Parts: sequence; structure tokens; C-alpha cells
Amino acid sequence: MAKMTLPFGPQHPVLPEPIHLSLTVEDEIVTQAIPALGYVHRGLEKLVDIRDFNQMVQIVERVCGICSKIHAMCYVQGLEELMKVDVPPRAKYLRVMWSELHRIHSHLLWLGLFADAFGMESLFMQCWRIREKIMDINEATTGARVIVSVNVVGGLRCDVDDTQTRWILSELDEVEREVRRLESTFVNDYTIKKRTCGIGVLSAEKALELGAAGPTLRGSGVAQDMRQLKYAAFDSIDFEPVTALDGDSYSRMKVRYYETLQSIDLVRQAIAKMPDGDIAVKVKGRPEGEILSRVEQPRGELFYYIKGNGTKYLDRVRIRTPTFANIPPLAAMLPGIELADVPIVVLSIDPCISCTER
Amino acid sequence: MSIETIPAALDTIVGEVVKMKAQEARFLTMTAVSLDEKTTELLYTFDQDLVMTHYRLTVPKDTHVPSISPVYFAAFLVENEICDQFGVVFDGLVLDFGGKLYLDEEAQRTPFCKFAVTRKEKA
Repeated sequence: MAKMTLPFGPQHPVLPEPIHLSLTVEDEIVTQAIPALGYVHRGLEKLVDIRDFNQMVQIVERVCGICSKIHAMCYVQGLEELMKVDVPPRAKYLRVMWSELHRIHSHLLWLGLFADAFGMESLFMQCWRIREKIMDINEATTGARVIVSVNVVGGLRCDVDDTQTRWILSELDEVEREVRRLESTFVNDYTIKKRTCGIGVLSAEKALELGAAGPTLRGSGVAQDMRQLKYAAFDSIDFEPVTALDGDSYSRMKVRYYETLQSIDLVRQAIAKMPDGDIAVKVKGRPEGEILSRVEQPRGELFYYIKGNGTKYLDRVRIRTPTFANIPPLAAMLPGIELADVPIVVLSIDPCISCTER
Repeated sequence: MSIETIPAALDTIVGEVVKMKAQEARFLTMTAVSLDEKTTELLYTFDQDLVMTHYRLTVPKDTHVPSISPVYFAAFLVENEICDQFGVVFDGLVLDFGGKLYLDEEAQRTPFCKFAVTRKEKA
């Protein structure tokens, strides 16, 4: 059969955001995939030239809506280490609480999109309906559903009271009940297994060699998660990375499903162990020197390089997002699969083009 | 405060990266910083069991840098990005977008350089 080159994206029903893959196919089998980016690149890192280090918190929150809180946390944690700021313990627990709430709603969003990709509309709607409870928690505790904007350099700008934490816990009980009701479908359903098991396999060796991150790495059996670095309050929270061994689309889906349940537990732990006290300290001085900061986003390891020069403007902020890291592994997963499976495999890395095109 | 780095040179960087791969380190990323009118700094970052290792390479702006993408395929994306944004040319890139990963054909300036590098047609 003659070779053909087919464009996948930038506009495609499974892609909420634009990315292009140039697929070489022989018959129905993909033999090569070349990614192309740049359709919506915003050059946000360049804004350090005209926005000071405090204003940059609001800029980095807008790298991605789904994990805005975690972008800001990574950035401010880097600056706080650089400027030797001791953040109050309560702020560290609140950061864990809000970042795990973000992980829950991000994973529920993705589980819904994944279900939609193989035609399970009802499952898609169930996931998004459950997710609404988390969005309501965000809105009630921060005033916003998506860009929650709670982080500042030195701590947080808002707190939660006892009434709110009791309400969050009762809502999470309901979320957990409803997520568990979907377990047998996601894990045992014949159609889902048929569409995902053995599709888009990435071995542990290949995942490490290609720099995979997050559930894409852990779905290949590598127990690596930036929360093991014990940032924020993770030094006093019980946590073990969720892994799956087969390295296929099914494994990556299972990791995200069980991480959703794990994050509910992490929010409960954070609330249970949260001390009373201040949520922010006054920050003096200006950042000077360079620092690296890493945290675990829903899609994997987020990396910030920050360089200050002693003025209020930074010299450089460099953001390496997890989807950026997962594109080379994606290019390696696609050769050998059927063309009809490409949308499933592309979705299985949970691509966030907004993050990638920062 | 600065990051602990291992200094590298143009003729040693690929060898150092080959050593990292032999130790099964995960390539994390590269970071470019425009130091002054004439110099760009490249930071190569690797991870092994959550411990990062960094190599620092400082190069004049018009110097070609050997690509590490033949060693770590994952580096092709960030090397193309640095080429677009900072005008650093990488020799031996396994997938070379020719400075047009993000930029249009008409773009002649590298937008992230504080002191811009202008792209010129070959004579």
C-alpha cells in the first residue's frame, strides 16, 4: 500500500484546542507522527519585561485555566525560596487543598472528554455533572470557578472558615460516592477496554527516555510524582503515587481515575491537619538570583525557572509544562497503531495546548 | 542564590549528555537566557529519582550549538523553541523546524532576545 500523509488537527472533534499532527499512514496503520505547535502561542514568558514579579502571579495563572492555581503555586513557591520567605503553615495546607481540588476537577473533565471520545455521551455528562460540585467549592471559597487567584508571594489572599471546611467535606463525600459509582464502567466496561487496552503502549524505559511526565509516566509503571518532593504541606500528608503497569491508554486512564479518589483523600487530610494562624506574611525586598521550582500538575510535572536581578522586574521566567514534555512520548506512541485509534491515544496524554502554547 | 550547575563547553556538552543517558537520567528541559548583547546561556536539566542535575553552557550569539536530540529525542521540541525565541542554531536536530515552530515565515526577529537576533537569507 502506498504511503499517505494525513493532517490530524489543528481542528478535530477530540481536540478542544489546536495542535497539529502530520501522520504518515500505510493502509490504516500510522507509521510516523510529526507534531506541529504554534497556532495559539502567546509568549506569556516575555511579559516579565513589563510586569513586575507580583503582577506575574496573575500572568502565570492564565497559562492554563484548568490548573491555574498550580501554576501560581509553582511560581510563588520558587520566588519564596529565592527571597527566603517563610510562608505560614496554614497557607501551605490551604495550597494543598486548593491544588488537589483543581486536580479533581481537571481529572473529571478529562475522564468526561475521554468517555466522549469513544461515544459514551452519558458517561461524559456524569463526569462533568460531578465536576460541578468542585467548581462550586472553588466559587464559594475563592470567588471564582476557574482562575481562582488565591496565591500571592508570601502566602494566600483568602482563607476558609470552619463552616466552609465542613461544607467542603460533605460535598467531597458526595463527590466520592458518585465517582465510585463510575468505577465499574471506567475499569471493567467491555467497550472501554476494547478501545484502550494495548493501544498506544509506552514502556517504562521509553517513558523515562522520552521525558514523559505525570499520569503518562505513572501509567507506564514509574512511581514518580513531584508531590514526593514534599512541597507545601506534603511533608506531613500521607501520599504514595498512583501507578499502573501496562503503559497503554487504559493504564493512563486508570491512573487518572484513581488519582481523583486519592485527591479527595488528600483534601480531607489537608483540612484535618490544617493549623490555625496567618495565611500570609509581608514580603520585603526584591528577587535576586535564580531558582527552579517543581510541582505536580494534573497532567504531570510543572517546572519553573526564575531569574531575578534585584529589581521588581525579573530577568527570565521559563515555564516547562507537562504537555510540552509529553509530546515527544506521544510522537513515539502513535507509530504502529490504527488510524481510528489516534484520537484515543492523543487524548490519553490529556493534552493541554493552552499550557503548551504559554 | 544560584543553581548548582556543572559548566559545559561546546565540545563537551554532547558527551556529558551521553553520560546522563547512560545513567538513565530523564531529560527534563533546556532553558535559554539572554545574558547580554553578545551572549546566551543554555541550562540543560536532567532528573534522576527527583534529583536534578544541570549543565550550564554559555555561548556567543552567533555560535552554532550541537543538538542533543540525537541522544535524547525529547530535546528536539525545546531546541526548536529556543531557536525560534533566541535565535540559537542547533546543528544536527533530528526534527528541525528551521526557526518556524512558532514564528511565521515573515518573522525576522527572535522575540525573546533582549537584544534581537535578525534572521538573514543565506548568500
